[in-house]
Amino acid sequence: MSSNKEKRFFHFVKHRTKFFLISLVGVLAGIILLATVGLNLGIDFESGSRVDILADEPLTEEAVYNQFEEAGKGYVPDDVTLAGENRNMASATFIGTLTKDEIAEIQTYFNEKYGKEPSVSTVSPQVGQELAKNALVSVLIASIGIIIYVTIRFQFLYGVAAIVALLHDAFFIIAVFSIVQFEVNIPFIAAVLTIVGYSINDTIVTFDRIRENLRFAERIKTFDDLARVVDLSLNQTLTRSINTVLTVVFAAAALFFLGGEAIRSFSFALLVGLIAGTYSSMFLAAQLWVVWKWKSMERSRKKPKKKDPEELEPEV
Amino acid sequence: MVKKSRIFIFFIVLLILGGIMSPTVMNVAKGINLGLDLQGGFEILYEVEPAEDGKKITDETMQATVSALNQRVNVLGVSEPNISIEGENRIRVQLAGVEDQQTARDLLATEADLSFRDVDDKERLSGEALEENGASVGFDKSNQPVVTVTLKDADKFGKVTKDIIEDYSYPNNRLVIWLDYEEGDSFAEESQKEDPKYLSAPMVNKPLYHKNIQIEGNFDIQEAEFLAEVLNSGSLPVELQEVYSNAVGASLGEDAMEKTIFAGFVGIAIVFLYMLIYYRFMGLIAAITLSVYIYLVLVIFYWMEGVLTLPGIAALILGVGMAVDANIITYERIKEEIKAGKTIMSAFKSGTRRSLSTILDANVTTILAAGVLFYYGTSSIQGFAVMLIVSILTSFLTAVYGSRLLLGLWVKSRVFNKKPGVFGVKESEISEL
Repeated sequence: MSSNKEKRFFHFVKHRTKFFLISLVGVLAGIILLATVGLNLGIDFESGSRVDILADEPLTEEAVYNQFEEAGKGYVPDDVTLAGENRNMASATFIGTLTKDEIAEIQTYFNEKYGKEPSVSTVSPQVGQELAKNALVSVLIASIGIIIYVTIRFQFLYGVAAIVALLHDAFFIIAVFSIVQFEVNIPFIAAVLTIVGYSINDTIVTFDRIRENLRFAERIKTFDDLARVVDLSLNQTLTRSINTVLTVVFAAAALFFLGGEAIRSFSFALLVGLIAGTYSSMFLAAQLWVVWKWKSMERSRKKPKKKDPEELEPEV
Repeated sequence: MVKKSRIFIFFIVLLILGGIMSPTVMNVAKGINLGLDLQGGFEILYEVEPAEDGKKITDETMQATVSALNQRVNVLGVSEPNISIEGENRIRVQLAGVEDQQTARDLLATEADLSFRDVDDKERLSGEALEENGASVGFDKSNQPVVTVTLKDADKFGKVTKDIIEDYSYPNNRLVIWLDYEEGDSFAEESQKEDPKYLSAPMVNKPLYHKNIQIEGNFDIQEAEFLAEVLNSGSLPVELQEVYSNAVGASLGEDAMEKTIFAGFVGIAIVFLYMLIYYRFMGLIAAITLSVYIYLVLVIFYWMEGVLTLPGIAALILGVGMAVDANIITYERIKEEIKAGKTIMSAFKSGTRRSLSTILDANVTTILAAGVLFYYGTSSIQGFAVMLIVSILTSFLTAVYGSRLLLGLWVKSRVFNKKPGVFGVKESEISEL
């Protein structure tokens, strides 16, 4: 909230190594998690069938198994999970794909039992692979498109730093999903791509301010000069970053807590990504940029060495 | 000097907006097409395979299949059927709000290939002998529904029946009528079952030189109509294999929709509240423009006949967050300019001008991501992407220009001159010039 105290000035760049370390540790932990625990892939990517039942009474896993046994010629789900506030929802998954007639049998059975038609989806192995491939391709294409746009509007270095932040966020969501073992499905991919868009949005706002301050800044001679510009920009956009992420988090959190089963993993991915996105644009993208920018400035200074030796004099 | 006329205009604008929005918003919201995940229905991705070995799937066969499917779907009375070709050999069928899912699925998948066979399953007459659009529903003497089909050539049927009598004696002098006979189906086996796969197996006692044949298959009236309909809409030149299907029960869809809309209201209410507390008067303007934003998105979605899916609702709510961002960027700028010692008027002018390019860059990148989603996504994701793009474009309009207009009226009225507190800026924060 706006206070009458002197606004605090945070020196972000000074701590950049810590930020890099945090992100590095996070990414490493994520890789280990993915390699060991892995993701809870939904049928969208694994092939198989899934039946969602809405009952008018609380269910137990055993009851659901028994009901499948009774249905038609008898079915044995490979897994049953319960959901809903009163545990009146259940989803059963099958490894194989159910045929049209089997689906009809199951739907008829539960329709007669609860008066509510269950939802049934099936994915063949081939389509599952394609969906997964498409998801990956779409993240890549979006990344390349964004790099090109940012390079045109800003500079190549901004673009690369933004993409690192973006991939960091996308990976972070995936790693968290490995921990909580929520189902990874098609809406999850939508959430990741939304975060890709949001993360870049956030990074751009910060970069936009850096670019503007750089224009008004006096000659940048040392790394500290550059760092000061970045710190100033980050501090200036800090309130905006926090307020924006808060408002979007409010919306995403409402969806997560109240939005029902169907979009729970979607809104959770959004929540995680929003927080990661804000972190990465302040603590990763801007910091990477300042390090790379300084290096490229040093390099271009060394080139005209013979013509203009005074320029090289260190200022410190 | 305060210009009261500006404030007057502000309230007029507010009245007009309220006057347009409140009576129409419900109609617009109800008129939007709901996706199958919200109202129930199903989506199937078929892989198209040639009905006979060795035949190839061409563009023409794909087109013919789609139009045959379209005709069949018309029977179901689904308001917005969507049947499209995907890739080289796939067809996606989306039927939202279909009441009897199982009949619909049967109707779609059948090849509608009628054949007449002897008891040893040898084909005597194929579906090609049928007259187009010649099937109809009638009733026999005991008022049982029957399906009558018309043949192109009465002599041909006469010959077939004559052959049967010559080749077989009682009780095997039957002509078995199959729908979608598949390699391996056998009359001997099916006739033992309570519900045989073939339609009927009438005995033939004398050669029949008729064009019209009655099929008595113990149908109820629905089944009879179904059969006549598929026979009339033409047999499929291909076999359809389900490779992906998603059927949503109507009550599950409704349940999800209700919860999501409720969550949306709560989320948006919190956002409004936060904006009001943090940005005071500017927060009020933001709340007004956000309401206009939500209304406009619904109207635009209604006009473009978009299909609202569950992720689509999520995109709308998320869009509120993004629209708020444009407001926040602008308001933060204005506050900064006020703190820098500028007058309210010039802070407003430079604040809105400077924030524009930031907002533009930030939104273009999000649209890029949404565009990719639309191109690569399946139906429900596409609904999400369309909604996201509509949201971003609309939010640009309302959050940038709407906000600027409404706030501008107050600023230019000069009532806020020397009152930075209205904008959430304390006197002590303002640096001396």
